[in-house]
Amino acid sequence: MQNQEVTRLDAIASNSAANRKPLYARRKKIFPKRASGAFRQFKWIVMAITLGIYYLVPWIRWDRGPFAPDQAVLIDLSSRRFYFFFIEIWPQEFIYVAGLLVMAGIGLFLLTSTVGRAWCGYACPQTVWVDLFLVIERYFEGDRNARMKLDAAPWSFTKLRIRAVKHATWLVVAVLTGGAWIFYFADAPTLAKDLLAGNAIPTAYATVAILTATTYVFGGLMREQVCTYMCPWPRIQAAMLDETSLTVTYNDWRGEPRARHVKKAIASGTSVGDCVDCNACVAVCPMGIDIRDGQQLECITCALCIDACDDVMGRLGKEQGLISYSTLNDYNANMAVATRSGASAITPELVRNTDGTFSDKLAHFNIRKLLRLRTFIYFGAWSAVGVSIAFALATRDRLELNVLHDRNPQFVRLSDGTIRNGYTVKVLNMVPQPRKVVLQLDNQLPGATMTVAGDEGMSLVSTEVALEPDRLKTLKVFIKADPKQLSAGANAFSFVVTDTTTGERAEYTATFNSPENLQ
Amino acid sequence: MSDKHIDEVSGVPTTGHEWDGIRELDNPMPRWWVWTFYITIVWALLYAIAYPAWPLLTGSTKGLLGYSSRGEVRKELAEADMAKGGYMTAIKEKSIDDILADEQLRTVAVAAGSAAFKLNCVQCHGSGAEGSKGFPNLNDDDWLWGGTADQIQQTVAHGIRFTQDGETRDSVMPPFTDVLNGDQISQVSTFVASLSVPVENASLIEPGKAVFAENCAACHGDNAKGNKEMGAPDLTDAIWLYGPGEEAIAAQIRTPHVGVMPAWDARLGETTVKELAAFVHSLGGGEK
Repeated sequence: MQNQEVTRLDAIASNSAANRKPLYARRKKIFPKRASGAFRQFKWIVMAITLGIYYLVPWIRWDRGPFAPDQAVLIDLSSRRFYFFFIEIWPQEFIYVAGLLVMAGIGLFLLTSTVGRAWCGYACPQTVWVDLFLVIERYFEGDRNARMKLDAAPWSFTKLRIRAVKHATWLVVAVLTGGAWIFYFADAPTLAKDLLAGNAIPTAYATVAILTATTYVFGGLMREQVCTYMCPWPRIQAAMLDETSLTVTYNDWRGEPRARHVKKAIASGTSVGDCVDCNACVAVCPMGIDIRDGQQLECITCALCIDACDDVMGRLGKEQGLISYSTLNDYNANMAVATRSGASAITPELVRNTDGTFSDKLAHFNIRKLLRLRTFIYFGAWSAVGVSIAFALATRDRLELNVLHDRNPQFVRLSDGTIRNGYTVKVLNMVPQPRKVVLQLDNQLPGATMTVAGDEGMSLVSTEVALEPDRLKTLKVFIKADPKQLSAGANAFSFVVTDTTTGERAEYTATFNSPENLQ
Repeated sequence: MSDKHIDEVSGVPTTGHEWDGIRELDNPMPRWWVWTFYITIVWALLYAIAYPAWPLLTGSTKGLLGYSSRGEVRKELAEADMAKGGYMTAIKEKSIDDILADEQLRTVAVAAGSAAFKLNCVQCHGSGAEGSKGFPNLNDDDWLWGGTADQIQQTVAHGIRFTQDGETRDSVMPPFTDVLNGDQISQVSTFVASLSVPVENASLIEPGKAVFAENCAACHGDNAKGNKEMGAPDLTDAIWLYGPGEEAIAAQIRTPHVGVMPAWDARLGETTVKELAAFVHSLGGGEK
């Protein structure tokens, strides 16, 4: 037996039992500080517009005459009609809504490929309502430091009172949010009265309850967790970004090395970047991240850190834009300048001239960088769908005709030898006014006459039909034709309806069946 | 088993049992699970009080809410009857002509008649009421016993040649083999065929006409237009219950087929018979 020396490897199992952390981590509370600046201002405006649209639109009136509701935007599920100002959509025209959804999808591509996750940062209902809930929280509990202090304090009567009032106000907002939703589905003033009087249908109360719960829980309690863990958009939007999309970026090529005590550092001869490590960007972040770590999944690009940093830079007398919207291309180019293409660490002297101004070698964002093949294709597809919808809407029929041919029996031979076929004729009057139309046959069935059920004994060439507003009229029609004028088997012909006043016309090609052994 | 054992790796106590060196960790249940479990227990207790739950010797406890699945069915059936009630009463009380004059009532009656037709009539008349040889097509405008709504109602209610019903429509075409010889039969069938289609042997028409006048006109009429009072078919039209052509006509003269339709009044009741009449009348051949 020979003893061999065994080499001991210096390896530690990454997932060893001792190192493994639990997959579940408790949420760490986030207390965003109030930001102020251009982007915060813009977000207030977007918030006012989006909330205004959501709460007020159901109350806009729109006169459609006595036979249709006067609510400008109404999804009438029970009579299966969708009203949008001057547009009325029947269920079979849902393709227009599908078109809008396609536009929304492509629009999101377009927006994301140019200005990054702008949807997340400004217009997403989750962002808007969390912002609203934060306003309420700040009103009752104060700004970041006061809230942190209150949260850490032991329970007292004051804390209980403040918290109770805050949650109660949240719930009121949540009820109003859930309540506003159902006004899109019924006449708003009537429904509001019924709701308050307790006379509305149970579905209305259930919907309000569910949406109240989701608003309160998502906007008040879960907040950033909805974006990070529940929402698929961050993943999808992140995949749609490219090197020329604008994202909120910490420009470490001018910020690093960061220093808290600038004067001391300069005195000791080390060069420092613009970042003074004041953590203002961290304090305002509603997602609880540090933008200086680089692009992150959690970042909704709300740009509040830009406001916070610009404020600090202004006070220090430095150029704004240490945190800014920039593209990955520009960032990489500037990093190459600052690091001699990666040969050295970030060196502040490389990006500045001796007089302290920025070097000419730096790349700056230019709006023309957004104009590229990809954005053109998105914009082209988006406007193509939009123009198609608009054209289809402008030229669509408001009088339609559908015909079902009786199949059993296919035809009937009458005592005088003529052949009769039966049809169920449906005339759709898609405007909210009553009208009169004339139903007739084209001349492809020579000598044919029709009889309308309920009016038997009348052999007609054409008949006038009164249509109720916004309704479908069903007629049972029998057509008689002389076999001498027919060919054996199927004979094609058309039903035609014509509006007696406007001349609007609809046609339906049907077949008239006759025996194979015609004599 | 007071054998308190702590697992070395996880630091969690075990249950104290050991199977071949394998011990089970005694982790606490997740809180949400425990609470859900408690809630289900409370729920079960409340349920057992509110709903029928405990089996007894001859049934079960009734529960405070007085719920029973049979009761639910009874309630739903009663509601359905209530919903139809207005129409059904109106159909029962009104005459068939009044029903047809009221558009709403006619729609209901035709729909109900269509359902009843599919259950009771399609076996002979076909699923589209198109009939077949010996069974009349109800879509056309040729009616043996009359095609107005009340005539159809009478036919459906009491049947044809249905001996159990006193009011049934009755008439029988007799066999003519004892009365007419072979020549006369071919003469008269050629004549009858010639009334609706051209025939080959036109020389038989004149003698056939004489035979017809003597033997057939009594029922079928001098002009062969038939007689709905006695169900004698119109021989001049294009519709032949037992087939067109001289051969089929001759066969019907020698040994006539006569169909039987049962009476439906006793079986289906007056309301359903009215609905059936309304449906048959609506098929396109109904007469005013």
